[in-house]
Amino acid sequence: MFNKKECVAMLLAGGQGSRLYALTQSVAKPAVPFGAKYRIIDFPLSNCINSGIDTVGVLTQYQPLVLNEYIGNGQPWDLDRMSGGVHVLPPYQKASGSDWYSGTANAIYQNISFMDRYDPEYVIILSGDHIYKMDYDKMLTYHKQQDAACTIAVIDVPLEEASRFGIMFAHDDGEIYDFVEKPKEPKTTLASMGIYIFTYSKLKEYLIANENDKDATKDFGNNIIPALLANNERVYAYRFDGYWKDVGTIDSLWEANMDLINPKIPIDLYDPSWKIYSRNPVMPPQSIGKKANVQNSVVTEGCYIDGNVEFSMISNGVTIEEGALVLDSILMPGCVIKKGAKIEYAIVGENSVVEEGAQVGSRPENVENRDEWGIAVVGHNLTVSSGSYVKPKQIISESV
Amino acid sequence: MAINMGSVMGIIFANMHDNTISEITKSRTMGSVLFGGRYRLIDFPLSNMANSGVSEVAVITKENYQSLLDHLGSAREWDLARKKGGLHILPPFGNVEAGLYRGRLEALYGGISFLKASRTEYVILSDCDIIATINYKPIVNAHVESGADITMVTNTGVYTSDVVSTSTVVTADEAGRVKGVLHKPAISGECTISLNMFVMKKSFLIELLEDGIARGHYSFERDVLQAKVDELNIRTYEFNEYFSKIYSMQSFFKANIDLIDPENSRKLYNPRRPIYTKVRDNAPSKYDLECVVKNSLIADGCIIEGEVENSVLFRGVKIGKGAKVKNAILMQDTVIEPNAVVTNIITDKDVTIGENRLISSSEVHPLYIGKGASI
Repeated sequence: MFNKKECVAMLLAGGQGSRLYALTQSVAKPAVPFGAKYRIIDFPLSNCINSGIDTVGVLTQYQPLVLNEYIGNGQPWDLDRMSGGVHVLPPYQKASGSDWYSGTANAIYQNISFMDRYDPEYVIILSGDHIYKMDYDKMLTYHKQQDAACTIAVIDVPLEEASRFGIMFAHDDGEIYDFVEKPKEPKTTLASMGIYIFTYSKLKEYLIANENDKDATKDFGNNIIPALLANNERVYAYRFDGYWKDVGTIDSLWEANMDLINPKIPIDLYDPSWKIYSRNPVMPPQSIGKKANVQNSVVTEGCYIDGNVEFSMISNGVTIEEGALVLDSILMPGCVIKKGAKIEYAIVGENSVVEEGAQVGSRPENVENRDEWGIAVVGHNLTVSSGSYVKPKQIISESV
Repeated sequence: MAINMGSVMGIIFANMHDNTISEITKSRTMGSVLFGGRYRLIDFPLSNMANSGVSEVAVITKENYQSLLDHLGSAREWDLARKKGGLHILPPFGNVEAGLYRGRLEALYGGISFLKASRTEYVILSDCDIIATINYKPIVNAHVESGADITMVTNTGVYTSDVVSTSTVVTADEAGRVKGVLHKPAISGECTISLNMFVMKKSFLIELLEDGIARGHYSFERDVLQAKVDELNIRTYEFNEYFSKIYSMQSFFKANIDLIDPENSRKLYNPRRPIYTKVRDNAPSKYDLECVVKNSLIADGCIIEGEVENSVLFRGVKIGKGAKVKNAILMQDTVIEPNAVVTNIITDKDVTIGENRLISSSEVHPLYIGKGASI
């Protein structure tokens, strides 16, 4: 028997993250490096343990190797437990056949037996592509107060961005009466954060019903939530007003990294009461050389820097040689930027090498047609050879 | 035939040489002295043993070992939280009659039942005063092949009297057989010093201990190495890679500062043999708009708004706006408030240097500011 758990977390980490292109060719999106020493999944995992949730199922499907290895036994997040802890849940073969996860709801449905083992009262559904710090326990308390079947975390977004999200319509008391997935002409700005708390008995009931519906797409936003609303179940909106960022695109991934450098953005990673944990790379401190110039940047262990770095995010084990220039960029773990190379408004993937004199990206003011400008991206384990130029907005997944 | 490192036990003396940097070891062991931005001295022998395949390590303590226990925890970071073997702490086994141990022999004798119970065949003894990346495997193999009773790791070089007078010095023949042993002699020049690491058969060590204690001996250097130099086959194993030895406040300061030079740090830190330490889960370090950082070693969790030159910043150090830090070793969570100027200093953990303060010392005698002080 397993100990009973009041609340179990299910983290959807199977998405391909195809909008991150070269950065997710060989790793699942939740395992993409972020903020110099983290990977995206560190944020929901740390939120879980900091909120007192010690049982987490991580649903993986796409390119799970790096992610599985990274999560390991869950020890860095204090999720190596005798009872509970973190469990990686890939799709598996059953007596009556085997299926890939065909949608978010289907993925959870296929793991009902995992949740059942802990006999939970509540289940929180999370996704592995958001950067935020949130106390799920407060949301759970709200869910209990409202005696809800489902509580959806929502955040106010600018009206012009609202069409990218699932938009809620709620009464003043928080009860949701309508929901539109990615509306063309949004009428409110209450966006779903993709975080749901369900009373487990209701979740199970609706998952099974959804699974039996041949026409359903087996998705929370498209099926489960509309079905709850159609049956007049108590569905409530939980307002969150902290920092929250979806990092599903190159631009938003770059912006979210830059937000960590900006002192005006309210996400504090230095707060000892809500640490974001990560698997430690075991490297010596960062070495800043005699010729180096580092300003307005975030740097972590194992780096050797002798070049110029401004407004950039420098991950573990990066080398930046003398005379190299790194501006407004993200260098992922193990990158090497050789002498005189220039990196501007770019993301350079893990262990990639930019040879002497090569250039990746450019400032927007250097590009005549602003539509042609964007963040340049070099994928993982590539080489940008001497004299090559990776243009703004260009994304390379093969060495040049 | 190569030895299976699973048959080798490591023994680390956490308290030896405490007196060489007595100010820093006032409330901690030599092994738990902070070093190099994010390490404690014991991380080096412990990681070296773990990386060499040693899976059973005993740490012998004497006094002030609370910080050491806190640092080591279950030894998971060194991959030594094991069902079989793993890390064992041997606190002092003093009794009313004997009091605390006086030397290496008594210290080891305190753990003799542990030694006897272990299934390992060889032991590596190490102190915490040498900072190096060492693979013990070839040393154990050389020991077995040579048929020596004791193999001691040594380095031959030109040494000043302050190093030699805190070391065990040996003379050896061309084959490496030790012919003479001097303990802390007042000499200088070219000599072969012991790096305080020894390999021997466990059963041989137990014999030495039982015999020695029966005769009232307690010093390994004097009562074994020196007294039995002719009788025993004692051999040297020359270690010629990068290392530094902590034998005084100045040498501690220099060993830290030396690692700022990437040439040195690349020699010490081998990515295939990482030096492990307790994970503190700090955020990465943040460099502010107006900061100037040159030639320095910065650990995670620092927030730098002022100027830093030729310095080592440990985890969680904060440098305020307009502050100037030069030739400094600032240990964990030190705060240099805005416009303060510090030169040639070592601050222990949690030190705060107040706004506009000016603290300066000479490079030869860096000023040490004790744990938790607020100036």
